[in-house]
Amino acid sequence: MVNEPISTAETSVPAVASTTSDSRYAIELKKISKRFGAVRANQDIDLAVSKGTIHGIVGENGAGKSTLMSILYGFYQADSGDVYINGRKTLIKNSRDAIAAGIGMVHQHFMLVDPFTVLENVMLGAEEHALISRSATDARRELLRLSDTYQLTVELDQPVGELQVGEQQRTEILKALYRKADILILDEPTGVLTPQEADQLFEVLKSLKHQGVTVILITHKLREIMDITDTVSVLRQGQMVAHRNTSDTSMQELAELMVGRALTETNHQRSTPLPTDAETRIKTNNLGVVDEHGKTRLTEINLEVKSGEILGIAGVAGNGQSKLLEVLAGISSPTTGEFMMNGHEVTRDKPMGPLKMRQLRVHHVPEDRLKLGLVKAFTAAESSVLGYLYKEKFTWRGLLQLHNIKKMCARLMEGFDVRPGNPKLKSASFSGGNQQKLILARELDKSPEVLLVGQPTRGVDIGAIEMIHQKIVDMRDGGCAVLLVSVELDEIMALSDRIVVMYEGRIVAEVNGRDADKTMLGLMMANAHTGAAA
Amino acid sequence: MNTSNIELPAWLEVVVIPILNIIMALFFAGLIMLAIGVNPFEAVRIMLNGAFGYQEGLGYTLYYTTNFIFTGLAVAVAFHASLFNIGGEGQAYIGGLGVGLVFLALDSVLPALLLIPIGIAAAAIFGAAWAFIPGWLQAYRGSHVVITTIMFNFIASALMVYLLVNVLIKPGQMSPESRYFEESSWLPQMHDAFAWFGLSITKTPLNLSFVLALICCVLVWIYIWRTRWGYELRTAGFSESAAVYAGIKPRRVVVSAMCISGALAGMVAVNEIMGVHHRLIMNFPAGYGFTGIAVALMGRNHPVGVIMASLLFGVLYQGGAELAFEIPKITREMVVAVQGLIILFSGALALMLRPWVVRLYLMVRPVREVSA
Repeated sequence: MVNEPISTAETSVPAVASTTSDSRYAIELKKISKRFGAVRANQDIDLAVSKGTIHGIVGENGAGKSTLMSILYGFYQADSGDVYINGRKTLIKNSRDAIAAGIGMVHQHFMLVDPFTVLENVMLGAEEHALISRSATDARRELLRLSDTYQLTVELDQPVGELQVGEQQRTEILKALYRKADILILDEPTGVLTPQEADQLFEVLKSLKHQGVTVILITHKLREIMDITDTVSVLRQGQMVAHRNTSDTSMQELAELMVGRALTETNHQRSTPLPTDAETRIKTNNLGVVDEHGKTRLTEINLEVKSGEILGIAGVAGNGQSKLLEVLAGISSPTTGEFMMNGHEVTRDKPMGPLKMRQLRVHHVPEDRLKLGLVKAFTAAESSVLGYLYKEKFTWRGLLQLHNIKKMCARLMEGFDVRPGNPKLKSASFSGGNQQKLILARELDKSPEVLLVGQPTRGVDIGAIEMIHQKIVDMRDGGCAVLLVSVELDEIMALSDRIVVMYEGRIVAEVNGRDADKTMLGLMMANAHTGAAA
Repeated sequence: MNTSNIELPAWLEVVVIPILNIIMALFFAGLIMLAIGVNPFEAVRIMLNGAFGYQEGLGYTLYYTTNFIFTGLAVAVAFHASLFNIGGEGQAYIGGLGVGLVFLALDSVLPALLLIPIGIAAAAIFGAAWAFIPGWLQAYRGSHVVITTIMFNFIASALMVYLLVNVLIKPGQMSPESRYFEESSWLPQMHDAFAWFGLSITKTPLNLSFVLALICCVLVWIYIWRTRWGYELRTAGFSESAAVYAGIKPRRVVVSAMCISGALAGMVAVNEIMGVHHRLIMNFPAGYGFTGIAVALMGRNHPVGVIMASLLFGVLYQGGAELAFEIPKITREMVVAVQGLIILFSGALALMLRPWVVRLYLMVRPVREVSA
C-alpha cells in the first residue's frame, strides 16, 4: 500500500464543498478510469465527499456506479486515476486494503452466513484470538457499545437467517463498524426493505453521520436521495455528469441528468371501465401452497384477472408473490385449492406444466431473469426460444431451425431495442436491461392471452422502463389479462388497474389502481394499516 | 485482475491454450528424461516415429484413438448435462457383456449383415442400461452420480469376473474367457476393408469401429447443438431452474443424458470385442473409461476436441510403447508418468496459463469502442 501525504490542493471537483482543503474530504477520486474490454465503465471520474456527510450517487443501471464502488472497495483496480482517503493517496488492491483504509461496504445482497448468529457473523474474519469464546466476549462488548452509540439494535445471539431483512442489513452495518469503518458505502440498501424499514435505516444513517461517519449511498431511488443526502453526484454512461448540493436540486432535474433527456411521468390505468362481458382469464379459489419443508407459503389466495386489465400484486419481497407467480406459471403446483387458467382448471392432482401453459397462451416473464428467464451461456438466439421450441417454426423433426431462430431473434431485438442487436452474442454479455428486454420480447411477441410478469423493470434503465411499461400496457389494451408482481410501488401504481397487497402469503388488501396512495400501500405491505397504524 | 470472465476468441481458447498446456507437460517430461540420462528430443523422435512413422504404428495409434473417442464422447455428453460420468469403464465392460451374450446365442444362426448391427446395438443398449441405473438414482433419489458410477465400475467388474469364471467360460479350459465367436460376427479390420478396394495395408487391430467413432462424433455434435433434445440437455445442464421454467423436465434429461453417455462408452466393446478379441475376455476396457475423462476435459467436451485429444492419447499409448521398447532406460511406468503429466497440465491445470494469455491478448488486441 502506498501512503503519501498529498501535496497540493489542485482539485477540479466542482460544487462539492470546493472551498475546503483536501484533508476535509473522506474520499476523493481523481480521474478514475476503468475499461472492460471495449466498454468504458468509468471515464475520468472525479468525486469528493466531505467527512461526516451523506453523499448520494445516482445513475442508471450500467452507468458505472457499481464499477466505481468496486474500485473503491478493491474488487477492481482502476486503469488510471488516484484514490485519496482522508487526504492520503491510497492504493486499494483488495477488500483488506479497503477495510484498513476505513471503508466498509454493505452490499445489495448481504454477505452473511445464515445459520450463524449476528455475533458470529460480525466476528467472522476478524477474530482476534485463537479461542472463539475469548473473541466473542470482546466482540460482544464492542458491539454493545456500537449499537448503543449508533442506535443500531440487533439481537446478537439470533441466527441471522431468522432475522427480518432490515435487521440483517443492520448486521451488515455493524460488521463494517466493527472493522472500524468511518466511511460506509451502501449499495441499493432499500431495495429489499418496506418503506417503514427504510425509514428506520435512514434514522441509523443520520445517527452515523452525526457521529462523524461518512456515508455513500448508491441508489436509483431519487426520493431517498432527496430525503437523506447532503450532496449528490450523477453518473451517466461512465461519466460524472453533475455534482449538486441536494438542497439545490430536484428529483426532476436528477432524473433528467441520469437519463440525459426530459422525462414525462405517465399513469397507465384504463381510461374506460372494463366491459362487463370481459372474459375471466385467471381465477383462483382458496389457493394454498405448503412447501417441501412444511412451511406455508400461500394461504387462501382468491383473485381474478379479466381480459383487458392489469392486476398489480404489491408486497415486500418474500411475502409469497414469487410463489404465486410460480404456481400460476405451472412451475410448481398448488397444495390446496385450485385455479382456472385461461379456461383450464389446475389443482394439485391435475397439475399443468409450463409447456402446457405456454400452449394455452399463458406467457411468463420471470422475476429472476438470470436463473429462469435465460441461460447465460446460450447465445441470444438460443435464449430467445427458451420454452418455445415446441413451435414448428423452430424445430423440424427435432432439428433446430437455426436460420428461423436467428431471424426471429433479430426481429425481437429490433422491436424491443435490444442492444447490441446481435443474436450470436452470449446472453450473459448483455446488460441486465437488455437481457430483460429480450425476455419481454420473447414472451410478449407471441400475443399471449395471459401475461404473468415479475419485476419487469428490476435493474433496468429509466429510459427502458418507459418502453417496457408501454409494451405491457399495449398488451392489456389488446385484451391480454396481465398479472404484475413488483416490489416497486411506483411501478405497481403506474400500471395497475387493480392492486392487491400480499403479506406473509395472504392477500391482505385490495384497492383500485386509481385510488391507490403510496403511504397507505406501504402500511398495507407491512400489514399495519388496520387498527392502531403504528 | 480477475480474468476468468473475459472472453477470448475461439482460436485462442481451443487451439493456443491447449497447445501451450501440452508444451508445458512435454517440458517437464523432458526434464524427467534428462534426469535419467535420456535425450528428450531423441525420445520425442522415437515416440512420433512409433506413432506415425510406419503403417503398423499408425494402425495401432488409431486403434487406441477409437477407444478414446468413444469414452471421451461419453464423458462429454454427460458433461453438457452437468453430469460427471466416471463410470465409462464399467459401461464399456457391460457393453462387452451385451455383445458377448448376443453373439454366443446367435452367431451361428444369423448372417454377418445382421450380426454386426445387432452387436453394435447390444453394446450400446447394455452400456446405456448400466448408466441408466446411476442416472435414475441421481434424478429420482438424489444419489450423486459420481459416487454411483464409480461403484458401478466395481460392480461391473465383479459381475464380469463371476460370469466369465462360472457361466460364460469355454468348457475345458483354465482361462476365464468365452469361446471365439463365429467369424461372421467379426467386425472387418481396416486392412480387410482396404483390400475390398484393392488397397493393401499392414495388418493391425484397427477396424471399422474407427469409422463408427467418427460417425458418433458427428451424431453427438448434431444432437447437442442442432436438436431440440440437445438444446434441452444443455439448458438443464447450465441452469436447472431455467429448464423448469421452459417446461423441460430436468430429471428426464439426467436419465437420458446418462443413457446416451453409457451407450457411447459401451461402444468400446465394438472396437475391442467385435473388432479385435472376437471373444469375451476379462478387463478389456483397460482404463479407457477413465482416460476418457481426461480426453473430454482436454477436448472441451466438443467432438472435434475429443478427436484431437483422443489422437494425442493414441500417440502417447502407441508411441510410448515404442519408446519403452527402443530405450531400455524408459520403462512402461515412465510412459505412464508422461501421460500423467499431460493429464495434469491439460486437465487439472488447464486454465493455469489462461490469465497470462488473456493479458497478452488484451495488450495486443485493438480495442473497439462500444458505448455502454
